[in-house]
Amino acid sequence: MIKPKIQQYRQPCTISEYPVGPSFQAGHLVTTNSNYRSSKPIIDITLCVGCLACYVACPDGAIVRDGKKVRMDYDFCKGCGICASECKVKAIAMKKETQGENE
Amino acid sequence: MSKKLFLSGNEATAWGAKLSRPHVIAAYPITPQTVVVEKLAEMVSTGSLNAEYLHVESEHSALSAMMGASAIGARTFTATSSQGLVYMAECLHYASGGRFPIVMMNANRSLALPWSIYGDQRDSLSLLDCGWMQVYAEDAQESLDLVIQAYRIAEDVRVLTPVMINLDGFVLTHTYELVMIPDQEDVDAFLPPYANPNIMDLDHPRNLGFSSTPRDNMEFKYQQHMAVLCAKDIIGDVDAAFGERFGRHYGGLVSNYRTDDADCVLITLGSVAGTVRAVVDEMRKDGKAVGLCRLRYVRPFPEAEVAALSATGRTLGVLEKDISFGYEGTVYTNVNSALLKAGHASPVLNFIGGLGGRSITREDIRSIFENLLDAERQRAIDSVRFVNLGVATHGR
Repeated sequence: MIKPKIQQYRQPCTISEYPVGPSFQAGHLVTTNSNYRSSKPIIDITLCVGCLACYVACPDGAIVRDGKKVRMDYDFCKGCGICASECKVKAIAMKKETQGENE
Repeated sequence: MSKKLFLSGNEATAWGAKLSRPHVIAAYPITPQTVVVEKLAEMVSTGSLNAEYLHVESEHSALSAMMGASAIGARTFTATSSQGLVYMAECLHYASGGRFPIVMMNANRSLALPWSIYGDQRDSLSLLDCGWMQVYAEDAQESLDLVIQAYRIAEDVRVLTPVMINLDGFVLTHTYELVMIPDQEDVDAFLPPYANPNIMDLDHPRNLGFSSTPRDNMEFKYQQHMAVLCAKDIIGDVDAAFGERFGRHYGGLVSNYRTDDADCVLITLGSVAGTVRAVVDEMRKDGKAVGLCRLRYVRPFPEAEVAALSATGRTLGVLEKDISFGYEGTVYTNVNSALLKAGHASPVLNFIGGLGGRSITREDIRSIFENLLDAERQRAIDSVRFVNLGVATHGR
């Protein structure tokens, strides 16, 4: 899967620049979506064995492959904790968000 | 070779759908539309129509299924009536906002309460603002032809808006007439497959039917408005092209009869226009200059065509099977707006008839014309009148 990257929203100048009806290419991300996260997964990359169990289990595609290992995309992670629960080597720990730290 | 069959309005509609080669049909049976559903089911089961026929549990689901199929480029057909139509109301707005060119037949029927299976036009007219184009057929032949035309109009990339084809319940859905069945080859040539501009496949993944914040939402609504306005010209073009190929055309947004020199014109819609035309001929023989304007489309509204009816000293009437309680008939409101903008100064009266399936007779229509012929002299202002109300409205 190619993970779509967040991009700058460009306000259309004419009506014809809008799509005809609410239909557009998938993965056109213009806003982040994670500011209601109450806790965040922290990965200890020294423990990560690159099994990709977390990558597969993440319901939001918020875990990115990085070489042979992974990293978190905090722009889209909702803090559900499934990755921490699925990690067999306990490389991921959930840390409570403190107010104002997120986003 | 085209052939002639003796068909009801419902059956003619089913034939129109069959000839248009829909990929997917989902419909929930409801009186007086049931025969459309039965006929199409029969055509699919015998193999004369190659379509996916979905058995759904409600009208809401029927239209939802149509949206899903239409979104990926299928040609879709459904049909409903009355309570079923209003049960679909949420999906009606969804379908027009999603720009899905669905064609749907609606058998015009009264809305409860009091419960009634008989015809009037309150079901569709109460949903005039749902973003669909609305057309009203006069007879079975027009119903068949309209289905074919409707796909070509709806699927035009400049329009991409669903069409609701309305047939008066029982009066049109259940009465029989000889209907010309066009050749499949001709229909295929007239109506190429739907070329969905939003086609989605694995190489081109799309988000369909997304939400939109206040920053962009209104632009989508503006587009819908412009698309339905744009359909005015396309409706005329499609009707003319249909006429060239099949030898029948209907005049676009309206169909006028003896209006040119008329002292008064009755504007109406649906099957009652046939009776009005007969009365116009009778009264013309008596030297009374009366005429008929049949609104075929109510959305887009034939504003210019209605405005063109305005003439000095000419009284106009609107006869409709509909009332917006506490005000007036909805068609009348629309007609009056167009006439006001055209500077029309003579009386325009509203006749509410046929509610809950009551017949509108020749005598009723003659009396309406007499009212109209007298209205200029009376400077009539009691604009909303109920036709053939069975009792006195005053006294005890």
